[in-house]
Amino acid sequence: MAEYQTYDYDVLVVGAGGAGLSAAIQASANGARVGVVTKSLLGKAHTVMAEGGIAAALSNTDERDNWKVHFADTMRGGQYINNWRMAELHAKEAPDRVRELEAWGALFDRTKDGRILQRNFGGHRYPRLAHVGDRTGLEMIRTLQDHGIHLGMEVHMECTVLRLLKDSGRIAGAFGYERERGRFLLLRAKAIVLATGGIGRAYKVTSNSWEYTGDGHSLAFHAGASLLDMEFVQFHPTGMIWPPSVRGILVTEGVRGEGGVLKNKDGVRFMFSDIPENYRSQTADNEEEGWRYTQGDRKARRPPELLTRDHVARCIMREVREERGSPHGGVYLDIAWIKERLPNGAEHIKRKLPSMYHQFKQLADIDITQEPMEVGPTTHYMMGGVRVDADTQQSDIPGLFAAGECGAGLHGANRLGGNSLSDLLVFGKRAGEHAAKFSKENGTASIDQAQIDETIRSALAPFDRTGESPYQVQQDLQTMMQNLVGIVRQEQELERAVEEVRKLSERASKVAVGGNREYNNGWHTALDLTNLLTVSEIIARAAIERKESRGAHFREDYPAKDPEAAKFNIVVRRGDAGEIIVSRQPVKEMPAELKQVIEESN
Amino acid sequence: MASATFRIWRGSGKEGAFRDYTAEIAPGMVVLDAVHHIQAEQANDLAVRWNCKAGKCGSCSAEINGSPRLMCMTRLNSLPLDQPITIEPMKAFPHVKDLVTDVSWNFRVKKTIRKFKPRPREADGTWRMAQADVDRVQEFRKCIECFLCQDVCHVLREHQLHDRFIGPRFLVYTAALEMHPLDTENRTTDLWQKHGVGYCNITKCCTKVCPESITITDNAIIPLKERVVDERFDPLQKLFRIFKK
Repeated sequence: MAEYQTYDYDVLVVGAGGAGLSAAIQASANGARVGVVTKSLLGKAHTVMAEGGIAAALSNTDERDNWKVHFADTMRGGQYINNWRMAELHAKEAPDRVRELEAWGALFDRTKDGRILQRNFGGHRYPRLAHVGDRTGLEMIRTLQDHGIHLGMEVHMECTVLRLLKDSGRIAGAFGYERERGRFLLLRAKAIVLATGGIGRAYKVTSNSWEYTGDGHSLAFHAGASLLDMEFVQFHPTGMIWPPSVRGILVTEGVRGEGGVLKNKDGVRFMFSDIPENYRSQTADNEEEGWRYTQGDRKARRPPELLTRDHVARCIMREVREERGSPHGGVYLDIAWIKERLPNGAEHIKRKLPSMYHQFKQLADIDITQEPMEVGPTTHYMMGGVRVDADTQQSDIPGLFAAGECGAGLHGANRLGGNSLSDLLVFGKRAGEHAAKFSKENGTASIDQAQIDETIRSALAPFDRTGESPYQVQQDLQTMMQNLVGIVRQEQELERAVEEVRKLSERASKVAVGGNREYNNGWHTALDLTNLLTVSEIIARAAIERKESRGAHFREDYPAKDPEAAKFNIVVRRGDAGEIIVSRQPVKEMPAELKQVIEESN
Repeated sequence: MASATFRIWRGSGKEGAFRDYTAEIAPGMVVLDAVHHIQAEQANDLAVRWNCKAGKCGSCSAEINGSPRLMCMTRLNSLPLDQPITIEPMKAFPHVKDLVTDVSWNFRVKKTIRKFKPRPREADGTWRMAQADVDRVQEFRKCIECFLCQDVCHVLREHQLHDRFIGPRFLVYTAALEMHPLDTENRTTDLWQKHGVGYCNITKCCTKVCPESITITDNAIIPLKERVVDERFDPLQKLFRIFKK
């Protein structure tokens, strides 16, 4: 059998984005010996792409803000099926996590009196997002990285975990491979934190990088942990759509926060014509009021462009379907118009949205200070993930923790912009803390050689076959998911998707790769297929189970919200024969004081 | 549909050769798109490092027609397509395979730079900073660590002084720390003795290739050199130091 190198850790963190690094920092600070595995180089994780900011009720920009308002906003955005305890912890702890980042060197944009500046974002009642222009994710990941490297953690760059190893019920370690030489690694660990991000690569049009193949979701599922809310995939309303090669690249919500407006081909601001009942009292009913809101007028209500992402994405789809779209199948996002209102408008746009200016200028030959952008929805974020305990982030499996996008609960049916970066910090830290604690209270588990042998055998199998390319199967899966499990769903198509996944799995088991094991992207693509197929089927199965429309999950055959369906979350786990078991879990009753917080905010 | 020829370096370690691939091209395409098409259709095992494909992560650095660039931000319509487009790995780092190099030296260098050490918070628990003071450092913090500046720097590329000179990326990093409004650490001695700031002779090649348009030489390196000169070589300061002893 092939050889492998062995490493021993108290805590192994899988993933080095915001959540992974936060967990690794906290576990190291609490005295654990920490290993970090990252699929890319350190500092390149998808967190780097986050643009808008970190939602935290610092109440610097508007003193009416506090954790209660943030909590209520998060629950409203998630359509009240969020894990309320996570939403509470998140709203209470996010400000401290932002201040901690500052203590580690992050440099946020400032208010006139020198404090951290906050900006408006969809679904947030007050300006709440601490930010650095439109490159907040870069600032965050670099700060965590530069702080973390001095704490003694060992980082395995360009390594991928293929399987979690268990010892009679509890976690024992992980088995993976490093890309550069193609060698296998055994990473023994008393506790593991999954922080692997999302699943965007299951779709054709996505803002996500190649890494986002649902690894944590799939690893946890196959190890026997339960997944929650897997039907909720967020399609960000504004991705680039032209030219074809940039389709899907994110256009930050910050554009709308700074006054950008959505228009159809007739120049109509269509968002005004469909404002959901539960947001009506908070939403401007005329353009003038909306503009005043973006400029900090505290009496004004927010413009409908800043409604939640699920709603804005569907409105854009409606305009396109009803033939009021832009030439390449999207709508117009116009920030250039603010020059009519601001004397130094063009400079202002470049200062507040430098990467957007850069991105459109270089990739699409568009000067956003002069002309509107063409935008359309793009697969962006996975609300669903590993079911965890709110306080500790531990999964059903003792010693296995999950944080960030691959965990679930905080966001319910729809995530608010800005709540992801704060999620990473708050729950990354908690996962690291409790993983370190678990490692102190539990000894090393034993490793089952048979699990390793089996992993190696299946990992190397594509080299011994002749068959089709893994890229072909990946592309076909992405097209299928885009067409059948996208923004607008219906039962027949979802059933067909499950059937298609079965066929694609069959093909995936026969793909072949050429060359050798050294830095072989083709081999890696073949290995990723298992995870992509697993999460794709789970998404489709969960989507079939939720026979209503709620948040990001929209069913054409059940277009209304069903009050009965507000009472449960959908849980998915693996049966003994490897089958997917879908069940319903009642939403836990909220304590009276939190109910009151929500009532007061209405 | 039109097509173009891509002359890509294939091989691992010191062994290798250019190989030509023909790929169809479409409007708006960037070099990384072409590499991906070739990888998916003609060369599954072609090694290439990439992530965001939007110029934000700095993973897909390479030399395109001889210039250090990000593959994801180089539009095909900016290149002469009537002749083959050459794509090679960066030269200042050990080669791994095809377009991938071993950039781990950069991560080791960063650890040798003294970390951020903030002054105490103000009485109300915050730190107050003016936007103008923050702006200066934010320019340096735009860096996406693509290491193209390291690749083009002749001290590293031609003279291979990796053990004596930290390169433009880490001078920018040091400048960001030194000019951080809250930082209290002093890195001047390290800059001079360990990090080789004197090796830079201000040819500004790094500034020219920076995809984030950071004014590396003028705004970061020269001020650092001035600090070193002020502290180490100013005759008055030197006298003070002698008397202090």
